[in-house]
Amino acid sequence: MKRVSLPLWLVSAFLYVFMYAPLAVVIIFSFNAAKHGGPWTGFTTDWYTSLLADKQKQDATWNTLILAVASTVIATALGTMLGYGLSRYWFPGKKMFSLAMYIPVMIPDIVMAVAMLAFFKLLTSAGGFLQMGLATMTIAHITFQIPFVAIVVRSRLVGMDPAIEEAAHDLGASTWQTFWSVTFPLMLPGVLAGAMLAFTLSLDDFVVSFFTTGPGATTLPILIYSSVKRGITPDINALSTLIVLASVIGTIGVTLLQRPRQPSGG
Amino acid sequence: MATDTPAIQVDNLVRRFGDVEALSHVSVSIRKGEFFSLLGPSGCGKTTLLRCIGGLDIPDEGVIRIDGTDARQIPAHKRPVNTVFQSYALFPHLTVSDNIAFGLRMKNVPKQEIGGRVTRVMDMVEIPKLADRKPAQLSGGQKQRVALARAIVNEPMVLLLDEPLGALDLKLRKQLQVELLQLQRRLGITFIYVTHDQEEALVMSDRIAVMSTGKIVQMGDAEDIYEHPRTRYVSQFLGSCNLLDATVKRRGASDAVVQTSVGELRVELGANPSEAARRDQFTVAIRPEKVSLSGPNEAPGENRIKVKVEQLIYIGSETHYVLRAGDGVELKAQALNVRGCAPEFDIGKEAIAFLPAAGLLILDD
Amino acid sequence: MANERKGEVQFGEQLTVRSHILRSAMTSGPGIFWVTFFLLLPLVWIGVISFLTRTEVGGFERPFTFENYTRFIGFGFFGFDMLYPQIILRSLVLGIGTAVLCMITALPLAFFIAGLPARYKTLALTLVLIPFWTNLLIRTYAWQILLAPESPLTRLAVWLHFTEPGLPLYPSAMAIYIGMVCDYLPFLVLPLYASVEKIDWSIAEAASDLGADGPRVFWHAILPQVTPGLVAGIILVLIPATGQFVIPDLLGGAKTVMLGNAIQQQFQQSRDWPFGSAITFVGMGAVMLGLWAYARAAGERGGEII
Repeated sequence: MKRVSLPLWLVSAFLYVFMYAPLAVVIIFSFNAAKHGGPWTGFTTDWYTSLLADKQKQDATWNTLILAVASTVIATALGTMLGYGLSRYWFPGKKMFSLAMYIPVMIPDIVMAVAMLAFFKLLTSAGGFLQMGLATMTIAHITFQIPFVAIVVRSRLVGMDPAIEEAAHDLGASTWQTFWSVTFPLMLPGVLAGAMLAFTLSLDDFVVSFFTTGPGATTLPILIYSSVKRGITPDINALSTLIVLASVIGTIGVTLLQRPRQPSGG
Repeated sequence: MATDTPAIQVDNLVRRFGDVEALSHVSVSIRKGEFFSLLGPSGCGKTTLLRCIGGLDIPDEGVIRIDGTDARQIPAHKRPVNTVFQSYALFPHLTVSDNIAFGLRMKNVPKQEIGGRVTRVMDMVEIPKLADRKPAQLSGGQKQRVALARAIVNEPMVLLLDEPLGALDLKLRKQLQVELLQLQRRLGITFIYVTHDQEEALVMSDRIAVMSTGKIVQMGDAEDIYEHPRTRYVSQFLGSCNLLDATVKRRGASDAVVQTSVGELRVELGANPSEAARRDQFTVAIRPEKVSLSGPNEAPGENRIKVKVEQLIYIGSETHYVLRAGDGVELKAQALNVRGCAPEFDIGKEAIAFLPAAGLLILDD
Repeated sequence: MANERKGEVQFGEQLTVRSHILRSAMTSGPGIFWVTFFLLLPLVWIGVISFLTRTEVGGFERPFTFENYTRFIGFGFFGFDMLYPQIILRSLVLGIGTAVLCMITALPLAFFIAGLPARYKTLALTLVLIPFWTNLLIRTYAWQILLAPESPLTRLAVWLHFTEPGLPLYPSAMAIYIGMVCDYLPFLVLPLYASVEKIDWSIAEAASDLGADGPRVFWHAILPQVTPGLVAGIILVLIPATGQFVIPDLLGGAKTVMLGNAIQQQFQQSRDWPFGSAITFVGMGAVMLGLWAYARAAGERGGEII
């Protein structure tokens, strides 16, 4: 194990500061009393309190959460089944499809966004039952969430010792019993990890949401974008700080949850 | 059920993977209550055979009978057979006692009974205090015992063990070998044990089947297989063996004189000579421990060969010798260091090796 | 191939080709259907639109034409127009530049974390992850604040004579690169770290034992071992970076238009969907190439990185 040299410490420290600079700035400036986001003029918590009265932002928060929850639930269900099926069973064209599954992971989000926009326009004009709005956004989110969930679940299953399920059979469990008593409990951490990943992807998404949104379906990222384009209003800083805080708590929580609970060694 | 119905009867089993025959027309009959070992190197088919008996793999041809019943009529999870896996395959999300109780729960054994049986079995394998631990907190030896307990608590008719001691260190392995043997005697369950370690097989088994490339090459009890190997493969898989090509010069009533690369030897053929012994050319084998060494000045005689000591390997309790006979042929000998290492047979020294006629075996190939 | 499936026994059950397909349909089926219908088909649809002609109202109709593509390559309405080839080039440079910059910054970081005592490793990694999980928009507009005329960073640049006092450091190419690296760094650090963690240092020791000096040890003994993680990370960065639109939009303004901005403009402001689709389709071509390279380089292990 190499000792870490001083130059390496310095460079790394600089890089960490570089990565955190934007977050620090947002948090600091959320307390800045300057009206138009200029230089520091004084400390205030006014921007936070103004958020409480801001219906537009509250609606956006609500939309963002509903969207994230709905899409995560469906995407986790479909993605888990997909991950399970891909790890166990074969079908003609499986190799090619497995590769195709990586498309949403690597595609520039704008390509996916416009493709869906065009497709939804086609559907809305043809059918008339589907309108641009939360419904189309949910569909779009699910579409990029499914492969992520499937990949996580699948890698969890592939890493599992097949002897464990064989042991269950050997001890008298039928296929169904084996699945519920052994396979599913072991798969569950992967399913939850996939769900959390999907949830975060949805919460953070801007580009796809931007293109597939409709009247009344504004989400927080879209709101922030339009505010930024028009000129930074300081309450955006306050809002962003709250979002950052939520993300930080979420990330720390997730990392803690994933830590192995047993003592090492043995 | 008659007690002389074999516990497991395998008839003409064939199992193919692609073009390769992992099992090639294998037939064997395993008696109730015996400790039966399948011995062979990796890839010989022993694990495949075990898995077919356990129902985890399905043969392409042939029949397996469990206590007389055709196994094809019984799905894997209903067979009165349990397996101890090489990787232990303990359920990571369950405690030790839940792991052990798993099979009983699947069979809907009443709750009150489960507790008692689990405790008893844990005492039997000597892990009384581990009930609430999870597998990740256990050592290799402990996991081994849990895997064993989980299998035997179901009181199966046959227990299948797939190289269960492979991952353990030497001392632990030897200790568990003895414990497993005692356990088997106590429970009276038929054990089918797969291993590549010939010493392990010899120590524990009632009978051994030596396998190679999908076939059973020789089967018999431990002593029989060791003392009377029938092929070059078996003779060198169990222990080591000196092999010499022999051509018959003269035949007697129950013996023969053959010409080998170390000289003339007299070989005993016994009352019923095998088919190979009736040929004019065959392989003669003798185990190193049967070759005795004496000083170079001993009187020449039957089956005595002049050799030079080329290498000397001191093992502690024994000394192994690599000897060179007249035409450059290599011979191996072994001696117990009863009085310490014998100084007169040092490297470079000359000696006389005696190959007793009774110790010379005739092989089938 | 099908026969192999027939002989296969899974957990004690013999599965035939038919049962494989049936079970695949029941488990993978819905997911496959969804992704095919809502992603693959739309991508095909975009391809179709790219060959159509735009209407005045912003829709599209036949006749089919190659015009959108030729315009993209450079033959515009008024003769050879370098606009779009420039955009393509600029975006590629952006993608590659970001990847290279990220690589240069990710390497020390990865080695740093790998060199920490075990209990601090998770902490250091989590610290890399936290900014990663916060919203990109927020981090990008934060850079607007950091690069504004009055910020300490800008004042430092003025002091170093990089720029005139009173001018912000954005919109500019440099601002875009700063934003990009800040965003994509974790994408590269994570897979790279996975490789660095697994380095067999004994090879480096053997190399120096045999007389190699520092740089040579690095080049011959260490770099080959990290290459898989490096390649995986680079591909994960290159493709999305080339198509990125938010960062160039917020930190580059109208001065620097990238592929992402170009696509967005066509679909929203200009309402020229066929042309936008052509641009998008070319973008897809790059993805396919990237996927192919990824599949070759990272192989089966690609799934671990996510």
